[in-house]
Amino acid sequence: MPDGIETISKRWIGAAVGRKEDEALLTGQARFIDDLYPIPGLCFAAILRSPHAHVRIRRIDVERAHQLPGVRQVITGKDVLELIGPLPSVVKAPLPYYPIAIDKARYVGEPIAVVVADTRYNAEDACELIDTEYEVLPPVTDLRSATERDAPVIHEAVGSNVISRRSFSYGNPEGAFAAADRVFEFSYSLPRYASTPIETFGVIAQFERAPDRYTVWSNFQGPFVVQPLMANALRVPGHRLRLITPPSSGGSFGIKQAVLSYIVLLAAVSRKAGVPIKWIEDRAEHLTAASASSDRLGTVAAAFTKDGELTGLRFRNTANMGAYVRPPEPASLYRMHAASNGCYRVKNISIDNELVVTNSTPVGLNRGYGGPQFYFALERIMEIAARGLDIDPAELRRRNFVPTGAFPYKAPAGAVFDAGDYEAALSELLRIAGYEELKERRAAARRAGRAFGIGLAAGVEPSGSNMAYVSLEQTPQERRRADRKSGANASAVVAVDPSGQVTVRLCSCPNGQGHATVAAQIVADTLGLHPDDIHVVTEMDTLTSPWSIASGNYSNRFAAIVVEAVAKCAEQVAQKIRLLAAAALDATADEIELHEGYARVRGQSNRGLPFRKAASRAHWDPAGLPDAIGPGLHECAIISPPVLDPPDDEDRIASAVTFGFVIDLAAVEIDRNTGAIRIDKYASVHDVGTQLNPKIVEGQVHGGFAHGLGAALFEELAYDDQGNFLTGTFADYLCPTAVEVPQIEIGHVETPSPANALGAKGMGDGSSMLTPAAITNAVADALGRDDISLPLNLQRVWAFANGHDATTKSRPAISSIRPAGRAVGEMLTGSGKITLFAPVQEVWRRLLDPSELAASIPGCSSLTQDEIDRYSARVTIGIGAIRGTYHAQIELRDKNEGSSLRLLGKAIGPLGFGSGSGLVTLQPETGDRTRLEYSYEAEVGGKLAAVGQRMLGSVMRYLIGQFFRSLERRMRPAARLDWRSWWLRFRRHGSGGEA
Amino acid sequence: MLLCDFLRHELHAFAVHVGCEHGVCGACTILIEGRAVRSCTQYAAQADGADIVTAEGLAPPGTLNEVQRAFMKHHALQCGFCTPGILCSVAHFLRQTPEPDERRVREMLSGHICRCTGYTSIVTAILEAAAMMRKGS
Amino acid sequence: MKPVAFDYYRPQTLSEALELLADKGDEAVILAGGMTLGPMLNLRIVRPRAVIDISRIEALQTISVTGSVVVTGAGLTQSEALSSEIIAREVPLLAMALPWVGHFQTRNRGTLGGSVAHADPSAEIPLALVACGGTVVLQSRWGQRRIGARQFFVGALVTQRRPDEMIMALEWPRSAPDAGHAFSEIAQRHGDFAIAAAACTVRLAKPDRVEQLVVGIGGVEDRPVAIDVSSFLGQAPGEMAAKLSEYAAASVSPMDDRSASAAYRTALTKVLVERAVNSALSIARLQRGRLQ
Ligand code: FES
Ligand code: FES
Repeated sequence: MPDGIETISKRWIGAAVGRKEDEALLTGQARFIDDLYPIPGLCFAAILRSPHAHVRIRRIDVERAHQLPGVRQVITGKDVLELIGPLPSVVKAPLPYYPIAIDKARYVGEPIAVVVADTRYNAEDACELIDTEYEVLPPVTDLRSATERDAPVIHEAVGSNVISRRSFSYGNPEGAFAAADRVFEFSYSLPRYASTPIETFGVIAQFERAPDRYTVWSNFQGPFVVQPLMANALRVPGHRLRLITPPSSGGSFGIKQAVLSYIVLLAAVSRKAGVPIKWIEDRAEHLTAASASSDRLGTVAAAFTKDGELTGLRFRNTANMGAYVRPPEPASLYRMHAASNGCYRVKNISIDNELVVTNSTPVGLNRGYGGPQFYFALERIMEIAARGLDIDPAELRRRNFVPTGAFPYKAPAGAVFDAGDYEAALSELLRIAGYEELKERRAAARRAGRAFGIGLAAGVEPSGSNMAYVSLEQTPQERRRADRKSGANASAVVAVDPSGQVTVRLCSCPNGQGHATVAAQIVADTLGLHPDDIHVVTEMDTLTSPWSIASGNYSNRFAAIVVEAVAKCAEQVAQKIRLLAAAALDATADEIELHEGYARVRGQSNRGLPFRKAASRAHWDPAGLPDAIGPGLHECAIISPPVLDPPDDEDRIASAVTFGFVIDLAAVEIDRNTGAIRIDKYASVHDVGTQLNPKIVEGQVHGGFAHGLGAALFEELAYDDQGNFLTGTFADYLCPTAVEVPQIEIGHVETPSPANALGAKGMGDGSSMLTPAAITNAVADALGRDDISLPLNLQRVWAFANGHDATTKSRPAISSIRPAGRAVGEMLTGSGKITLFAPVQEVWRRLLDPSELAASIPGCSSLTQDEIDRYSARVTIGIGAIRGTYHAQIELRDKNEGSSLRLLGKAIGPLGFGSGSGLVTLQPETGDRTRLEYSYEAEVGGKLAAVGQRMLGSVMRYLIGQFFRSLERRMRPAARLDWRSWWLRFRRHGSGGEA
Repeated sequence: MLLCDFLRHELHAFAVHVGCEHGVCGACTILIEGRAVRSCTQYAAQADGADIVTAEGLAPPGTLNEVQRAFMKHHALQCGFCTPGILCSVAHFLRQTPEPDERRVREMLSGHICRCTGYTSIVTAILEAAAMMRKGS
Repeated sequence: MKPVAFDYYRPQTLSEALELLADKGDEAVILAGGMTLGPMLNLRIVRPRAVIDISRIEALQTISVTGSVVVTGAGLTQSEALSSEIIAREVPLLAMALPWVGHFQTRNRGTLGGSVAHADPSAEIPLALVACGGTVVLQSRWGQRRIGARQFFVGALVTQRRPDEMIMALEWPRSAPDAGHAFSEIAQRHGDFAIAAAACTVRLAKPDRVEQLVVGIGGVEDRPVAIDVSSFLGQAPGEMAAKLSEYAAASVSPMDDRSASAAYRTALTKVLVERAVNSALSIARLQRGRLQ
């Protein structure tokens, strides 16, 4: 055998092959979007964003910003309106979504203006110099109140915050519920969270006049169905929006789909500004305004026979879309729809869906897309029913599984489950988790008074989405009027160059899932080569890649569909090589095998030629090729799985190509004193069909679990009831770290999918869909209560464990479990008292005296009277190193001569804005003194709210205390001030918060 | 200018990744005088005269060090965005703690956020690399 | 997320730094490790005209034992302190608190003085200093002030430091050889700021008599506090932890905000004080046994 060809004897598919991607990533050679400078002369953009949840834009004055050295352009929504239209969605209600606010801003973080400058630093400086004037409108922040009659309306043209309702019925749900022995019902709410990748969004946009075209580099992940929508919004045909993805992308989990609106925005800005621009989203922008899972309110009911047969399901879903419907939403509500039976054989299902807008960031793809919400309903009710029926939860599930022999199984709402053995997976789970032993330990723990619980969750994992499923949002009549949609094209190119080297080109936009490695495994097997010999290009370029609308990385589609295109394409190349070799070796193509880098006549190891030689003929000697083959070796395959038809008139749809299976078990112990949850055991069994690369499968399972754990325990994108965003940094939005993520037990059951030649099912969402339900089930079991909402952070669990009122309202995070007696749930409140060394009349007079006011307000540098009892002031507030100058307005109201008054204040400055009101009462005390009592409520929005939650209450209390302290000081008769004694007195009397 | 911006955009040390710019995620971790520190909460001027190693420099060009090899073997990276920062931390950590147990590894790692791996494979890789390095020296 | 433009100064000596500080006053911020200031600068919450980088002033990076106190320079990094034998031996409470401070990577840069200056109500180092009864040494061009830690912290992020002063050193009373110390904390995740933390130091005169007792609590009020435990002195340690924890929970006036309700903070105070007192007591018993 000639040198240089390794002996290849094993089949690569299914082997734990090391990843092709790793070396570049480990040595810092991999290139991500912000590492690229694809064209000279890049300028840098920063985005001014709305600090308010709901405003009408009265005026934007960019003049000062424009004057700043280094600034090229400052562009507002009105400026780009001539270049862009709204991004279309399937929801027909009139709520146009532009990538930048035009006349109203409807969520904190909505883009208001874009500054283009020579550096990001200058661009950010300039953002602060843009003068804006807003009319602040009442916000809608909560799903419940959004649908109330008198709720403020976010989109006037719609007239309501409910933008659509649809009802579905499969089988005979009414009959099933009427005939049921037992019916269980459960209402819940789920917070919004985001599987935030560590790399944020990035866009490099260039507009060229000739050729007249936008070129955009971005870590967009697809689905490319939105490319035509983006082109549409830019008012150009598709080929004039060229989209290129970088070689590497730092995670996505669905989130990076949402970069699409910035692609449109920055393309238009680049055209307006006349320069190519780079914009890299920062973390605060990302958490505030990128994307999120859809928060939900829901009710689920389940009908059972007394033996535990599940006979009917009823779902009522209210889904928050955020302030706009950004495509492909409302897909999150429909991704699981066709599989609304979960993994059970229940036939009768009804579903009522309601889409709601609120003043919050638009939602979008997020790991498990729609799955965590769906399974929270279904798997919680299964657990609740098990307890109610007194049947072991594992056994209850087993009794209701789609039976092993029933595949392919047509689910009531249209999904076709390709293959599975749910019972086997359950048995494997119970085995690896040591279920019986866990139950014994639970009994023992309970006898000892400890809170120990076990929870299960099971479900199917749809992969490879039918592009038509989101059209379920429309009625059958509406769909008939629209253009037909179906299927899920996948494509790949395999080419062999003149030196005989193999290159694969994918349109799957990986963000770390190892697509290049797996594609190389498949091609290596097909061509008889080593994976190291296969070069894989994962960068997409819409002008040169063979893409289609389903291209991209979402819905676990790689292993479900893309691999089929790769295999098919490789086979086309293999066939050509066999023909070439056959001609050279005087054999027939059927006799040729590709093996170990050779094309050989089967069984005759001395009759062969190196693969490279055979392949190069197609390039070097086209004249000498046999008639059957054309010149060159560049094969493209485009496939679409056969089952993916459009929805039928009964709203049934085969929504995905493969349906994997996941079943998880969580066992937890809760420390009632602190609320700490200790994960005693977590086990997860997956059926992903044939494992293409077990190492990568394992990695996806661990990663999906960590996301589910984060969602269960820590993560919430929180707003207060004024729509202020509260979790703007990684110190506020808490992702699990290595200490919080426990070791888990993983098991596998393999039922190969008939949907593709390799038997693989898609995978990757996996436990991210089931972990929140499994952990909640375990916590509910431990605490013996079902009204449990996420995230299960320490304080919340402590409240649940100690019988505090725990409504299922998920937002705001904490207020729902505040101790009783708190009237103003969301405000910063406090009170205090102080004794002043002056008689009441004197105090009253001073309180009404503007110069006294000016002298007592901490940091007040000027105070002017606008009208009676109304003042404007400039105030510099410094807390530690945090100082800022604010424009404040102060008003005195409800004056009750000599006894009480109300102080209203508003302030706005670079760090945010706040408003508050305080009641001051005076009472005479002996010795010509006055006892002053005050109580206040205040709220803070903008940056300080997003990053300073942990400290705001104390700081507010300090500042307000300072005002009264200096009032007191100024009234002291003593010439010399004993600083410490008044301070000590204040500490004794002035108690912030409530007593 | 932030030190991470300077290293990336002036010196083109693109292994320095930026994930948060507020000192939490750890993606920007580099070695300054051999110690693992964030480069997003320092300014370029502060590093004047300092000895800096980024992930590009952890092993001679064209080679992988023990930790990098173990990461590859145990699939301790997916998107790889968090990885260079972690590798820098590990370099300092293992010099200081050549015989770590799992708890200490996890505590050290808690200064990094990885959204892809769920950490388990990273922990395994670090423990194995530590063992290999002990054997080697 | 980039800071505002500022002038950067890197004095080499203390007097240069004080000169600058006197000159710039409250337009300047002092940058040491940058673990807190860095993020606040990048977020543009802190918007100084001048940044005075003291990280290269060697005089601020020392540890020394002087009479009854250990003096740590303000610029000493948390990881240096954590690996210091002097601190492990003489100020065990600080040594116990340090592993709770941030992460390996942030301790490599974060300083003791920086944490004290920032005065986060939940921070561990200020709590240790308050519990120990330590002292903050402030220096300005005009002179030096020494303020007891229990007076130094005024409120969340607010201290008695004046704009022209910088923290030069911290003084930590040396621990008695037979004292037991303990530090306990509850945070949402490893390395997060404490929701609540408790520190305890105890010495036993005889097996059944508490001679010295300190209980400090962090994260509960708007600054770290030492509980007045004088009524427990001289008592037998038997049931003390439980009683003391009730007492501590009753004597704090907890913050009540979105990150934790007053009720939860009170509940944690109880749990943590009990834990800290119990483990400090058992160490104290051991120490007594060892020394006899
Ligand atoms: S970028 Fe520096 S810690 Fe996140
Ligand atoms: S590998 Fe993607 S963040 Fe760690």
